[in-house]
Amino acid sequence: MSDHEYTPKSKVGKWFNDRLPLLTLANHLTDYPTPKNLNYWWTFGGILTFCLITQIITGIVLGMHYVAHADLAFQSVEHIMRDVNYGWLIRYVHANGASMFFLAVYIHIFRSLYYGSYKSPREVIWIIGMLIYFLMMATAFMGYVLPWGQMSFWGATVITNLFSAIPLVGESITNWLWGGYSVDNPTLTRFFSLHYLFPFLILGLVVLHIWALHVPGNNNPIGIDIKKPSKDTVPFHPYIVIKDAFALLIFLLIFAFFVFFSPNILGHADNYIEANPLVTPAHIVPEWYLLPFYAILRSVPDKLLGVIAMFAAIFVLVILPWLDTSKVRSTVFRPIYKQFYWFLVADVLILGYVGAMPAEGLYLLIARVATAYYFAHFLIILPFLGMKEKTTPLPLSITEPVLGGSADMAIARNNSDFKEKL
Amino acid sequence: MKIFLKLTFLFVIISSLILPRANAAGEQQELLKVDWSFKSFFGKFDRASLQRGYQVYTEVCASCHSLKHLSYRNLAEKGGPEFTELEAKAIASNFEVTDGPNSDGEMFERPAKLSDKFVMPYANVQEAIAANGGAYPPDMSVLVKARSGGANYIYSVLMGYDAPPAGMELDDGVYYNKYMYGNKIKMASPLDDDIVEYADGTKATVDQMAKDVTTFLQWTAEPHLETRHKLGFRVIIYLSVLTILVYFSMKKIWSRIETKV
Repeated sequence: MSDHEYTPKSKVGKWFNDRLPLLTLANHLTDYPTPKNLNYWWTFGGILTFCLITQIITGIVLGMHYVAHADLAFQSVEHIMRDVNYGWLIRYVHANGASMFFLAVYIHIFRSLYYGSYKSPREVIWIIGMLIYFLMMATAFMGYVLPWGQMSFWGATVITNLFSAIPLVGESITNWLWGGYSVDNPTLTRFFSLHYLFPFLILGLVVLHIWALHVPGNNNPIGIDIKKPSKDTVPFHPYIVIKDAFALLIFLLIFAFFVFFSPNILGHADNYIEANPLVTPAHIVPEWYLLPFYAILRSVPDKLLGVIAMFAAIFVLVILPWLDTSKVRSTVFRPIYKQFYWFLVADVLILGYVGAMPAEGLYLLIARVATAYYFAHFLIILPFLGMKEKTTPLPLSITEPVLGGSADMAIARNNSDFKEKL
Repeated sequence: MKIFLKLTFLFVIISSLILPRANAAGEQQELLKVDWSFKSFFGKFDRASLQRGYQVYTEVCASCHSLKHLSYRNLAEKGGPEFTELEAKAIASNFEVTDGPNSDGEMFERPAKLSDKFVMPYANVQEAIAANGGAYPPDMSVLVKARSGGANYIYSVLMGYDAPPAGMELDDGVYYNKYMYGNKIKMASPLDDDIVEYADGTKATVDQMAKDVTTFLQWTAEPHLETRHKLGFRVIIYLSVLTILVYFSMKKIWSRIETKV
């Protein structure tokens, strides 16, 4: 708050701050007015930042010991696990960290879906978020290839082969991606290079994501616009900082449990077998966090259409702010959407489940129905529901449980003016 | 705190999504389950079992299966079989390695030292395949981690040799195994009662040897398992105490305003 606003006291500090106000930026960050009714689902932004930093730091250390060569990669990973001081810890944190990162990002995305955080005026935050998510998937996929185990090799083969579905130039593109005529050493070295690069792109996008967030400020569980700062807000520090810290610690407890007591349960046993281009594993499955998209890919009988469907599944999320026509943000006030929301959650979980199963018989049928429903949710249900649904009355502010608020700031203000006149 | 129940619920759902994948490999006979000493939060290796397991490995498995990621020094390291350094040196000196070139530019043979990697039974993969009827005896360094079912799977395969069910035709050099994927294995049953003579007087039954060598292979796959468990326990305690402190700090800070946290 303004009474303990920081100003640089030293001469050097003043000189520097006049030229680049980095020191007083802290004031903005600590005072940043945050809705006081944020629940724990809002703590995952901080958790995700922590995950990214953890992945970058452990990744840099792993990169010091890892050798990106088809003949040496597997061995160098074993070298890290056995001979590097606490190498086993660093690698298990990095490998399980990827899963924890995705667990957190899925919660973060579904929170946004529930409380309508993607709606005006936060569309740009959402689109940047989707870019981050897309880059995360690419990074995770390439990272999984680096240990050069059987699942690394065959996963890379399956995914890069998707590009061969593109008409006319598909094969050329695939060969260009591989750097040869099959997944081999050139593929591994470029994946390593890009796997090192992408996290820093993500970091840059995270800065933009937070910047874009700080323009309109946080959405909140009841989804109404609030005056900032006001009775409805608290300064970010110490209120939100301590709450985020508490949630992060709970998250770390689960993280630590995986790392120390079940470090391989999220991975696939086949990846401890060295890559062998002559032996195909019985079932090639991606990491758990990519399974829903894998299910969508396999549910379409045509290869090209399957690839298109998979990318479209991500693209419908990007244009979501314009697909959802409802002006009311929070699902709390949308009784019918609330049911569809949970249908979608179930649908994605089902897609993930069938993605892990062989694509045949009943599983394939379920995958097709679930894929169709996924697209129907975004392309049919959301646009129409927004126009038809009768929402319940919104409160005027967070502190006053008075009804008559609106998702639209101007209407909300009119309403309150109207009340004052009365 | 309701949210943490919800989180736990989510967590369970996601784990249940991951688990079926382990079984997706096919309808296999349920594995034999052993109450291993290295499982659980405080799990440690049975030192004597590791030493016996090493004996089984060298006398039985090592003629075909390599342990290429291990060095002889590992045998004397903490958390492993913990042979004394002298014992480990003596073990290493039983093996010949090629070193060089010397000052005359020639390669020469010398007894292995602690710093040398385990000597491989075959010069290359092709030789290994040729010597084993077309089947490659896999390197055993991380074998336990490379099979779903882990230690239980290795133990089950060692115990799973049986007469083939009626009507099953087996080629020469192919054996029936209850737990092997596809039930066919090119390795003849490697263990027989008293095939090794344990120095500590333990009776060398097939079951005992299977347990010992599986324990040994769990160690070769996870040489830092004991450190991991020990450190993990401390980390969990530390995080729990910190979580409690931060929880009460949070309550205190939020008590300045009427909103609940």
